[in-house]
Amino acid sequence: MKLLSTCVLACSTLMATAAVAQTAAPPQAQRLYLRSLAATCAHCHGTEGRAVAGEALVRLAGLPKDYLLTQLMAFRTGDRKATIMHQITRGYSEEQLEAVAAYFAAQQ
Amino acid sequence: MQRRQLMQGLGLAAVATMSGCASLSGARPQVLVVGAGWGGSTVAKYVRMLSDQRVDVTLVEPNEAFVSCPISNLVLSGRRQLADITHRYDQLVQRHGVRLVRGRVEAVDPVQRRVRLADGSTLAYDRLVLAPGVDMMWDGVQGLQAAHAQGRILHGWKAGPETVALRRQLQAMRDGGTYAIVIPEAPYRCPPGPYERASVIAAYFKREKPRSKVLILDANPDVTSKGPLFKKAWAEVYGPMLEYRSQHKAVAVDAATNTVKFEIQDDVRADVLNVLPPMRAGDIAVKTGLANANARWCHVNFLNFESTVAPHVHVIGDSIQIAQGMPKSGHMANSHAKVCAAALVADLTGLPVNPHPMLTNVCMSFVDDEHVIHVASVHEYVPTQKTFRTIGGSGGVSDVRSDLEAVYTQGWARNIWSDMLG
Repeated sequence: MKLLSTCVLACSTLMATAAVAQTAAPPQAQRLYLRSLAATCAHCHGTEGRAVAGEALVRLAGLPKDYLLTQLMAFRTGDRKATIMHQITRGYSEEQLEAVAAYFAAQQ
Repeated sequence: MQRRQLMQGLGLAAVATMSGCASLSGARPQVLVVGAGWGGSTVAKYVRMLSDQRVDVTLVEPNEAFVSCPISNLVLSGRRQLADITHRYDQLVQRHGVRLVRGRVEAVDPVQRRVRLADGSTLAYDRLVLAPGVDMMWDGVQGLQAAHAQGRILHGWKAGPETVALRRQLQAMRDGGTYAIVIPEAPYRCPPGPYERASVIAAYFKREKPRSKVLILDANPDVTSKGPLFKKAWAEVYGPMLEYRSQHKAVAVDAATNTVKFEIQDDVRADVLNVLPPMRAGDIAVKTGLANANARWCHVNFLNFESTVAPHVHVIGDSIQIAQGMPKSGHMANSHAKVCAAALVADLTGLPVNPHPMLTNVCMSFVDDEHVIHVASVHEYVPTQKTFRTIGGSGGVSDVRSDLEAVYTQGWARNIWSDMLG
């Protein structure tokens, strides 16, 4: 999965989706499900991870996948202190966090 | 516009026929959204986005601009202006290609798949999304509707001119006066909202009218959201200036004396009386016969938010009969909208609907001018129960009230407003 960050957008999106797909849905459906999963972050971090400039809640779009996943997992374990992100990340599986990290890394 | 003008020029039967053929004949599918609040704006934008602009969206809204209920309590306390929470719909049209129709939907015909607007025009749809928020059950509190119509006793639970009018009542109140907020039994829109309002108005009094008092008269047995955190702040920040009384269910008001009468407890008179009426699904959902939960809220299929009464009619936001642990909040309406949008796009483009949708919710509340507390939750669809459940081990509330969370609240507001409208 480390190769993901070097893939083109479509490639990384489809590969990441495979990690969260519940059924053998067609690739277009898997892409839709992944975009929906990532949309659960958009309330606070902006549509497709593009937060409003200058706000404390950071932009996720374009950050490296490994960095994003490391932070998400650190929130989840409590290693990184947070007001809210520890409570949010515990609602997602590791596979889902990896998928959204790959998704936001692939956004411009 | 050509399609709409053409349809308006035809008889209703012809319109219905065209609508029925729209998808089958290979024309672009038409989604019609009623109400451009937290849910409606979001579903309009996300259907366009998630379909890569292959599905057409028409959004019908009577108001010229969006006014946010979240943050509106800070207009009451004087820390924000109405302009700070008012946003235009331009980007939905210009960036996302949503067709915006200014108007009010008066009737839905779920069989012919069309709606009639107040001006008599009609719009056809393949899929309809109703996001009408809440409307008030005035009969629950005798005299309240007339007192409200006179501008004497306001609720301010739909942000806009009424927010400013309530602010004026607070400004006009003498130092040493009493502001009372009367809360209906749950469920109502925005569970922590009344407690936040009481808190920030107490902060305003502390700054500018220090002999005044805030009284919370709650129909519920206890504070319905973040109770320990609110009560700690009230005790530590305001002391005797703010008083909380549970089990005060209002049954009548007397506008002449600004008095509220309760089912059991003694009458209370206040200088500014702010009564939140009991609430139900928005009028258009009730009129369409979709409010099949206690004739008050709308049951939906949680996989796609389709009404359990009318096929191809979806209901999102405050109007629905909630799943366990699902508050009636703007953030949750935005979450509903995204699940609904993805399901509509799947359905209209021939893909299977996501069998495992997820939702999040965050409610931030100011407890004074600078400190905020939150409650957060993550929800997943459970196929065996056909509903959303909060995920074990996730979610929770703030450890303490903090100024850092006030900074995050501003970021949340700007980002979610942009997620809906930008």
